[in-house]
Amino acid sequence: MNVEQQWTTRLRKRAVATLPPQKLLPDTQPAYVSSWVYVFGVATLASLIIVIGTGCILAIGGPSWWHNSSIGNFCNSLHMWSVEIFFFAMVVHLWGKFAMAAWRGGRAMTWMTGVVTFLVSIVTAFTGYLSQSNFDSQWISTQAKDGINATGAGGFFNVLNMGQMLMWHIVLLPLVAVLLTVVHVVLVRIKGVVPPIETEVAP
Amino acid sequence: MKRRYRPDVDVPEWTGGHYPYDILKEGTIALVVVLLITVTLSIFFGSPDEPAITIKAWSTAAPIDYAQTAFSELNGTSGTASYGAPYNQGDSQRLGPLQLEKWMGVRIPINAAQDFVLGPLQSLPGQPALTSALHTFQTASDATRNAWFDAYTKAEATMSFAKDQVVVPTTAAGPVPLMINDLTAMARSGALDQALLTRNSFYTTNYTQTLLLLSDGTYLANVAQQQHLLGTQWGMMNETGSYPGQAWLWLYTLWYQVPPYSQSSNGDVEVFGTLVLLSAFLLFVPFIPGLRSVPRRLGIYKLIWREHYRDQS
Repeated sequence: MNVEQQWTTRLRKRAVATLPPQKLLPDTQPAYVSSWVYVFGVATLASLIIVIGTGCILAIGGPSWWHNSSIGNFCNSLHMWSVEIFFFAMVVHLWGKFAMAAWRGGRAMTWMTGVVTFLVSIVTAFTGYLSQSNFDSQWISTQAKDGINATGAGGFFNVLNMGQMLMWHIVLLPLVAVLLTVVHVVLVRIKGVVPPIETEVAP
Repeated sequence: MKRRYRPDVDVPEWTGGHYPYDILKEGTIALVVVLLITVTLSIFFGSPDEPAITIKAWSTAAPIDYAQTAFSELNGTSGTASYGAPYNQGDSQRLGPLQLEKWMGVRIPINAAQDFVLGPLQSLPGQPALTSALHTFQTASDATRNAWFDAYTKAEATMSFAKDQVVVPTTAAGPVPLMINDLTAMARSGALDQALLTRNSFYTTNYTQTLLLLSDGTYLANVAQQQHLLGTQWGMMNETGSYPGQAWLWLYTLWYQVPPYSQSSNGDVEVFGTLVLLSAFLLFVPFIPGLRSVPRRLGIYKLIWREHYRDQS
């Protein structure tokens, strides 16, 4: 069998051609990448890592652990505050990229994966609030049911079913959010950081 | 023929300089800084954990509110009893000609009278008076039941609670006063919490019935109001205590505060439709002429790349 025709070989060659190591892990940046706005992209990623890490620790103790344990309660605090930082960083990143018209130069997919990741993150956080098993989750779920039911989705996505919401929060939605984040970051590495807006180009 | 340059779509090829950049170092520093901020906030502020309200706690703190809610479940006037899809047959919200709730049908069947009143009462053992009252109620005609409901409703305004008993000044409501009183006693003992949860299985994580019953009363909303969580208090983005909540839902919450959404009986589905539309605009902004020019016209980019433009000039 010809090695060049193997699926594995072809996939590797295509992957390396699309995203060569110097693009995946660059050691230089264009001179225009010089602003505090760029910090919020990496801050979003850093806080996402902490959100997932603290979520995993909470998962070890189970859904009720944090109500009865000071360590569990502290882990919940870490989880909550990292989520707040995550959204703050992501929103600044989003509007920063909007101000930069970061979709230019064939980067529309990068923009769109970012927007979808933002929307999926909102639903993920929402299911987290529903899974707290305290008064807050009681109130949020009983209010949110009307909004969800009005769309027709309530019969499938039952916000009053804590078990279902917990599963969505710790398995399905993080999986989608992380996958989208990986695609988004890979697209950023492939296309590079968008250059400044120029209203005219030299002939 | 050379294609025309479009400043909101195209970028000129970068021919300027580059500077050294350590992506892994930057990522590590960001992780450490965010971790330090997270730990600091957690140590100084912690996180809220207001205990959940049980049916027992509700009926103990506000027995009359509970008894009135239980009666509304029995006579079919509660929010849940007349909710519609996905719980039962009833009116549903409209988005123009669309009734999305009805399309999906009744997928989580709830019979308020049976699930919240008759079923739990039937599970109570060794109470001959209650068994007789239930038999009387279930074998009565609709007209008789409606007469009992009317009598109870008229007396409900002067309902009181004394010596662990719900007192309703009427003798024309048939077995209803005894049923509501026994159900209130069951709720105050904590037995109703268990009855609603473990009806179908020992293991359960589904609180649909308990939460629907809680939300039909006014006690839950009163506690929420004290915690500034009502919709009119922008509650969707608030948290119990003084903690930040889901602040990122501000745009969703905003529509509920302004007409016509705030006055519409189809407000929920209309807000949802509006948000879907706005999200679509945000998603497809690279392809929408005019909208994709907004950043260039705003000029914030000149601030972001000020060093680049300064060097250029």
